[in-house]
Amino acid sequence: MNSNPPVDLAPWQPSYDPPPPGHVSGSRLERVLRQGRFAVTAELNPPDSADPADVFAAARPLAQVADAINATDASGANCHMSSIGISALLTRAGIGTVYQISCRDRNRIAIQGDVLGAAAMGVRNVLCLTGDGVGVGDQPGARPVFDLDSISLLRTIRTMRDDGVFLSGRRITSPPRMFLGAAENPCITPLDWRPDRLAKKVEAGADFIQTNYIFDIPTFERFMARVRDLGLDKRVFILAGVGPLASAKAARWMRNHVPGVHIPDAVIARMERATDPGEEGKRLCIELIQQIRQIAGVSGVHVMAYRREHLVSEIIAQSGVRQDHLSD
Amino acid sequence: MYRIRRFAVRHARTFEWVYVRFEAALVALDPLFRRIGYHRLERPVAAVEKLTKGLLFDCRMCGQCVLSSTGMSCPMNCPKNLRNGPCGGVRPGGFCEVDPQMHCVWVMAWEGAARMRDGARINDVQPPVDRSLEGSSSWLRVVREKAVRPTGPTDAPRGTMARAFSQARAHEPSAAPLAPEPRPAADGKPRR
Repeated sequence: MNSNPPVDLAPWQPSYDPPPPGHVSGSRLERVLRQGRFAVTAELNPPDSADPADVFAAARPLAQVADAINATDASGANCHMSSIGISALLTRAGIGTVYQISCRDRNRIAIQGDVLGAAAMGVRNVLCLTGDGVGVGDQPGARPVFDLDSISLLRTIRTMRDDGVFLSGRRITSPPRMFLGAAENPCITPLDWRPDRLAKKVEAGADFIQTNYIFDIPTFERFMARVRDLGLDKRVFILAGVGPLASAKAARWMRNHVPGVHIPDAVIARMERATDPGEEGKRLCIELIQQIRQIAGVSGVHVMAYRREHLVSEIIAQSGVRQDHLSD
Repeated sequence: MYRIRRFAVRHARTFEWVYVRFEAALVALDPLFRRIGYHRLERPVAAVEKLTKGLLFDCRMCGQCVLSSTGMSCPMNCPKNLRNGPCGGVRPGGFCEVDPQMHCVWVMAWEGAARMRDGARINDVQPPVDRSLEGSSSWLRVVREKAVRPTGPTDAPRGTMARAFSQARAHEPSAAPLAPEPRPAADGKPRR
């Protein structure tokens, strides 16, 4: 009856190896951070396409310098290729990824299943996000889910990983080995309590933090001082978010339309004065990285260069933060 | 009402003082409640709870009240329903990302918590809400959790949630309840 030829599944079944001692995932990002090296992650602009070639084209300029590439999950509530799809493709090509989960679009049943699916496909880093509201996106009529929030999501995946159970209590035979990440927004109201909320994320299970854009170094320094007072820099790896601005106009647009982006007036004025705004944005980004590098408790940078991905390797090279990365 | 809701947060310490005593009185009434039957009390108590907390806090009757841990600012009024906020989208001046006319529910929560005696509870990692408890009385749930120490094996889903969020359960047991739900009242619709 069955006329299908026999299928050889062996090449499709990589072994699910335990992480090295002292590690929870064994991802490259986790190894780099635990070795005390300055880490670099970069955000990929997901394609509006089903062609894997478009994913690799978007990843190429980032893969040379990043310890992991973030695959955003419909950021700004705009529909693109899924984070899990991009993460799976890049992982198979040997590129480390950060799989992003937004609580906006899926409930706890879908999310826990996807975490197992992602882990099975080799994904080892996950970023837990609440997500922007649907109203700012391209389909504002969509139903917002928000069954979990970023913090209960962190605790959920930590429970899956460390206790080997779903939230229902049902056992997971092979738990997901994930390096758990969360976002933080140090330069946004309420400034006084942002470090306390970071403490909650650490308590909930975060192993690493990627912040939103830092353009305001004094505010970020005050945040980090409080983070150090709370001892959080010893419990979590903090990667500060940076990115090259394209122009004063683009900066103003981001500040007004992208939730959670804080750009001081002085930065916009500097972009306005520049004769070559693109070059100025790059130089500003390099300067920010160099200043951030000097702040105690910061373990790396997270580069978000939307539509300016081609600049990322140059920015990292010129900032000089990778001098400790001699090999591998 | 939005203005009363903001008043409640400004007077979070007073509301905390009142609630602590109110809850103690309710817990003391547990033997009476058991004689009457929690299933019979459920609907009238839920109606009173909805009326009073609706007026004061714009309560949405999630059935798992955590007002004492959120500065008397009801997290269910957050458009993202965050139980551990605020999100990273708060607008300058402390306004909501989704509804710019409204003060961020969670900025108010941290302000309210700073005024409260046990305000540090806002640092507890709160579990996700159990949607099947929506519409039920959180007051009675608190009494059942506080008056009766659960004995014998608890069912796996609830036990896992209580363990995974043990700190929140210690302060707000109805956030991760273990006591069995009362059987539905004869005239009531059984809850899913």
